[in-house]
Amino acid sequence: MPSQRNAVFRARGIRKVYQMGEVQVEALRSIDLDLYEGELVVLLGASGSGKSTLLNILGGLDVPTAGEVVYRNHDLTVDDDRALTAYRREHVGFVFQFYNLIPSLTALENVALVTEIADAPMPPEDALALVGLSERLSHFPAQLSGGEQQRVAIARAVAKRPEVLLCDEPTGALDYQTGKMVLEVIEHVNRSLGTTTAVITHNAAIAAMADRVVHMRSGEITHIDENATKVSPSELSW
Amino acid sequence: MKLRAIDRKILRDIVHLRGQVLAVAAVVLCGIATFVTMWTAHRSLKLSQDAYYRSHRFPDVFASARRAPDSLARKLAAIEGVAAVRTRIVVDVTLDVPRLDEPATGRLVSIPEHRVPMLNDLFLRQGRWIDPMRPDEVIASESFATANSLRPGDSVAGVVNGRWRRLEIVGIAISPEFVYEIRSVDIFPDNRRFGVLWIGHEALSNAYDMEDAFNDVAIALAPGGSEREVIARIDDILAPWGSTGAYGRDEQIAHRFLSDEIAQSRVSGTIMPAIFLGVAAFLVHMVLTRLVQTQRDQIAVLKAFGYSSLDVAIHYLKLAAVVITIGTILGIGLGIRLAQGLGRLYAEFYHLPSLEFDVDARTLLLAFAISALAASLGALSAVRGALKLPPAEAMRPEAPPIFHPGVLERVGLMKRMPPSGRIIARNLARRRMKAFLSISGVAMAVAILVVGRFMFDAVSLMMQRQFSEIQREDVTVSFHEPKAHATRHDLEHLPGVFGVETFRAVPVRLVNEHRSKRAAIFGIDGGGSLRRLIDREGREISVPAEGLAMNATLAEVLGVGAGDSLRVEVLEGRRRVETVEVTRLVDELIGSSVYMDAEALARLTGEGRTISGAYLSVDPGSLPALNEQLKRTPAVAGVALRETVIESFEKTIAQSMTITTTMLIIFASVIAIGVVYNGARIALSERGRELASLRVLGFTRGEVSAMLLGEQALLTVLAIPFGAVIGYGLCALIANVMTSELYRIPLVVSSRTWAFAVLVIAAASVGSALLVHRRIRTLDLVEVLKTRE
Ligand SMILES: Nc1ncnc2c1ncn2[C@@H]1O[C@H](COP(=O)(O)OP(=O)(O)OP(=O)(O)O)[C@@H](O)[C@H]1O
Ligand SMILES: [Mg+2]
Repeated sequence: MPSQRNAVFRARGIRKVYQMGEVQVEALRSIDLDLYEGELVVLLGASGSGKSTLLNILGGLDVPTAGEVVYRNHDLTVDDDRALTAYRREHVGFVFQFYNLIPSLTALENVALVTEIADAPMPPEDALALVGLSERLSHFPAQLSGGEQQRVAIARAVAKRPEVLLCDEPTGALDYQTGKMVLEVIEHVNRSLGTTTAVITHNAAIAAMADRVVHMRSGEITHIDENATKVSPSELSW
Repeated sequence: MKLRAIDRKILRDIVHLRGQVLAVAAVVLCGIATFVTMWTAHRSLKLSQDAYYRSHRFPDVFASARRAPDSLARKLAAIEGVAAVRTRIVVDVTLDVPRLDEPATGRLVSIPEHRVPMLNDLFLRQGRWIDPMRPDEVIASESFATANSLRPGDSVAGVVNGRWRRLEIVGIAISPEFVYEIRSVDIFPDNRRFGVLWIGHEALSNAYDMEDAFNDVAIALAPGGSEREVIARIDDILAPWGSTGAYGRDEQIAHRFLSDEIAQSRVSGTIMPAIFLGVAAFLVHMVLTRLVQTQRDQIAVLKAFGYSSLDVAIHYLKLAAVVITIGTILGIGLGIRLAQGLGRLYAEFYHLPSLEFDVDARTLLLAFAISALAASLGALSAVRGALKLPPAEAMRPEAPPIFHPGVLERVGLMKRMPPSGRIIARNLARRRMKAFLSISGVAMAVAILVVGRFMFDAVSLMMQRQFSEIQREDVTVSFHEPKAHATRHDLEHLPGVFGVETFRAVPVRLVNEHRSKRAAIFGIDGGGSLRRLIDREGREISVPAEGLAMNATLAEVLGVGAGDSLRVEVLEGRRRVETVEVTRLVDELIGSSVYMDAEALARLTGEGRTISGAYLSVDPGSLPALNEQLKRTPAVAGVALRETVIESFEKTIAQSMTITTTMLIIFASVIAIGVVYNGARIALSERGRELASLRVLGFTRGEVSAMLLGEQALLTVLAIPFGAVIGYGLCALIANVMTSELYRIPLVVSSRTWAFAVLVIAAASVGSALLVHRRIRTLDLVEVLKTRE
């Protein structure tokens, strides 16, 4: 059972308020959530429900207005920019909806960008082989398809062997087939490297590949489902 | 060594931004090149001057007398602090030079018949030393010989003590006391009509009955010798013998000119690069700010993956560093080349025996430090944006800017504008800071162009003031000795002369408390029209009946104003000392003249009315006859023709100035183009997406171009008056620091200069517009919209 496993993240009472001029936007109201070692979690919810905000806070890209986030005994909410940078550098891999590759660097260089500052990375070539792109090492992002770009982004995220992999709508801009291929890669990394993984999606069908599914609405977690049996991404359909 | 991926990004970004990178590098190049040129030339000139002074023993103190017995030489040498003394005879004579219509003035300077090392030693460029057995042999100064194409073997005729004598030129030489050869009454050198001829001491003393006597002395100080005390002692010794007062190097005219030139190269070598590098800093700022903005998401990714803010900042600083380094290295290379050229030119102009060209490592290090400073100033504020950017924020596209109805809406102007006009107006109104920066950039370019041409304007005004308002005579005649006032009538009967105004020049020392200055008081008649006095506003003023009319610059040096009194020590005749009031200030740009009413001056000296010379107006057709006559008049020491003076000015000073000014103008143009081009490119890359969207919506290429270029054109038009103000301010600054005791730089900017600045900016704008327009024509709509920005 998940509850017997070690929690990687413990989030309690997270609240996030954005100040926009005179208007306050409450992106997260009161979030309590644990993520466990090696599990794959899918975050589901309508647009604007606070998924990205939550993921950014877990990844140390942003800090909550109130509440507490602990990553393995390490309180992220009291960290300054320097400590958060070190945390991201050592432990977190990100995959973004729009890939966010550096357009002026080749696929290999985009991965090297991260491995060069990591402690015990895998060779960038291996990371790209892991996502099936050994043939595209010296292509620039503009010379790659969307799916290929997203796979480079995943290679970039996993190459430093992070303990957590955070993916914000990794298939959002991809077609059905390509999207499935990307999900397979994520699942493969989660399974073979034991990386704790969180994936944001709008697509309920994808939830079947997760250990647990977190449902969000208006800045709150409505409920959490546990899948008794996980479905391999190749068997998903939507 | 393998380049890190993040550093590879720098190189790729540079290639991508090559147009702008080139513009920034070019500006840095210009700034550094000016800096290195001026400083290296300055240093080389200074070293050359020092070396020349040392090798040819330039003295420290100078004095002249009417006729002092040789026995005084020993007394002078015995003064404490004096290391060496050279006594000699110096007389000015009228010369008849081959191929020259007018009479020229020769300054005969005595030298030992047998060559020995001495103060103010000669450097023989051609020919040989004089033969002791031939009293008519002379060595001519190089500038005089060159100007008149004289070579050893040629001869000139001179009126030596009232008798014509052929003077055989056997050698051509230079000497440190004559790096700048100028007749005392002139304001700049005229090498055709004035020159030094070195002649055997015995020959000269025989001709002038100066056996066992001298009338000029040069003195070298011993280390630690006090110039002040030595001068006082010399004056004590020589006063009974008609001395006009001893003086130090600071009043030796050739030394003053050379030293001022050296000092000025330092000043302009500091101001101009400062302006250029300020612009470079500004451009770096524009380019980097823009880059940081377009690369928001890339910065976010770097930060998301654990690059610290510092890493990111350093990344962009490195990019600036690469660009600046390219400009600096090329600038140093060009600067050294130009400095060689400029140094050679100076060496030629000042007749230095050799150019000690030396590139100082400290200057080069300083060049790097300055450009690094400029880059950091420009880059830091831009990169601060990247530092502050929170990674989560940067990940989403920049929020659409907030538009408020502005002033234009409120007054109902907007409704009457076409949509493209509205877009331009709203963009400018919203991005006021950015618009202000763009305007400042172009304004700086305008300012630099104005500054570049300013020296031309200043010098033409100086010329105009001097030669059409102050000096209106055709010919100036000066005598060896003061003559009776009645000589005036002889002058009136010379061929072609229809106007004569006489003057009396009296050497004096002007003293106000601890400040003192040697000068000549010009006694002129009131109501004259050939020599006029001008006040600060350029209005003619009359010579006061009593008191001095003094040049404002000299008055400042002496610390007196109109209404103050000072002590006047007459340095000839009865050597009276009187307190005289400064009644008026006159505003002459060149020289430091002091005028007085001729009657009042006669009362001051107590010697009755005599004249030192006269200003003549002459019928041009009679000039040859007049010249012929003046050549044969022994009393005449010198003749200056206005036309030829102007001509020689243009040949010498204007020529040396043209080179530096041309360099400035070229550089200024490069900068202007760099700024304008950069502005247009940045506007294009910022607005490319918006413009592509408009194209998709059905706007034509022309309409889209008009929108972007219209905005640029509006910014440029707004920038011009702003730049004019900055430019005028910089000119004022330069006029202020370049002004010396020898001349004052007037603050004038001609309409030609304004037009030039506007034209260059307009041309740069049109050129940039064409480049940008071509890019808009080939704008790949799909490409632009696909990329996320
Ligand atoms: N920087 C910000 N400033 C102001 N409001 C913000 C900001 N970022 C997010 N929000 C607001 O917070 C709420 C949650 O945003 P968030 O991006 O977490 O939603 P999401 O669930 O990821 O939506 P989507 O599925 O569309 O990506 C939204 O209402 C959004 O408008
Ligand atoms: Mg989101």
